[in-house]
Amino acid sequence: MEKKMLTIKILGSGCANCKRVEQIVRKVVEDMSFEAEIIKVTEYPDIMAYNIMSTPGLVINEKLVSSGRIPSSAEVTTFVVDALQAEGSS
Amino acid sequence: MTTLPLSFPHTNKRIFVTLGIAILAWLVAYNIIQPLADWISYSLLGLAPDSRLGTSLAFFLYDVPKILLLLSGMVFAISIVRTFFSPERTRALLGGKREGVGNVFAAMLGIVTPFCSCSAVPLFIGFVESGVPLGVTFSFLIAAPTINEVAVILLFGLFGWKVAALYIASGLVVAIFAGYVIGRFKMERYVEDFVWKIQHTGDVIEEKLTWTDRIERAWESVKEIVSKVWPYVVVGIAIGAAIHGYVPEDTLGSVLGRENWWSVPLAVLIGIPLYSNAAGIVPILGALIEKGASVGTSLAFMMSVIGLSLPEAVILKRVLKMPLLFTYFAVVAVAIMLIGYMFNLIL
Repeated sequence: MEKKMLTIKILGSGCANCKRVEQIVRKVVEDMSFEAEIIKVTEYPDIMAYNIMSTPGLVINEKLVSSGRIPSSAEVTTFVVDALQAEGSS
Repeated sequence: MTTLPLSFPHTNKRIFVTLGIAILAWLVAYNIIQPLADWISYSLLGLAPDSRLGTSLAFFLYDVPKILLLLSGMVFAISIVRTFFSPERTRALLGGKREGVGNVFAAMLGIVTPFCSCSAVPLFIGFVESGVPLGVTFSFLIAAPTINEVAVILLFGLFGWKVAALYIASGLVVAIFAGYVIGRFKMERYVEDFVWKIQHTGDVIEEKLTWTDRIERAWESVKEIVSKVWPYVVVGIAIGAAIHGYVPEDTLGSVLGRENWWSVPLAVLIGIPLYSNAAGIVPILGALIEKGASVGTSLAFMMSVIGLSLPEAVILKRVLKMPLLFTYFAVVAVAIMLIGYMFNLIL
């Protein structure tokens, strides 16, 4: 079986909401036990490259999935499942 | 299978039932807090209804739950409205506007667009690099934090709708005027260079929200806002009640009264480093006015505390060079002072 690996980026300059998103993402990754690289993007030029206007932003495999709010862990799970499927079909 | 426009899928029905029950519970609670506060103060604790402590306590026990209920209910309603707006949509609406009209639009959109000061920088960059004029961007950035829901709800709950409307109107005037003036100064070169060089990849998310999503998100913001501001409400109302009961009338008249021309700039200057939640400042304001501070001076103080803050300056320093940051603060401070003088003159 091929190994699927996700790259998850959390966009935000380090405010409380960004940390909350990071916690939720780490929890989901742990619970679903798949491999993921979690990167925190804190510099504005890098954040803004994703065309968002409010932080925190969440990017999975270079695709922006949420911005300006804290997604619930159920939502993050959905995002992850979608990304894993997209990975599997390509 | 055909679906009628107003029929919702089965899973969605539950959230509407829950919402209905919540509204009912809210109405019941709102109507029993007054008798309950009186009963606790006068019957349970046996305080005399005309005693200073008795009235202060009854006042406190009524005002705190009233304000918290108003906050929950109105933040919910406002958050539902806000799910129809997003910074991305606001940017699209402002894109083709000229200065002047653009400033007016930007200030009004500042009220309804979801905004958190931690997102001030991405928002600023998103606006200016897509071609929204600098002054128009500032009108938005001034209106959004100044005319925030917590301030307006508290003014409404403690002083009535006229004062709340007056505050919204003043905030709009300050945002439109200051943004327009900043635009006239042509200070684009004082925006940090990296802002103009940002390259985008990928698309803006276009979300399709269902009513269930909107209700859930509104409920999330109620929890977030109320859990954050309730200590300010309690402390603010307690201080307000103490001033109300124990500070002699007209103590502040000589310093913060309207005869003193310097009371307005003084109030604005003191307000800049003070960074408080609107929830803490509004209840105290009422007590200050009662003790002789003039309305214009008090209003200027409140706008300065909420609209001009050092933490926000630190955040904006990342994208604004010093001359522009300084101009921004100076122009807004002057606009707030003018509003203060105007109210001192006409009221």
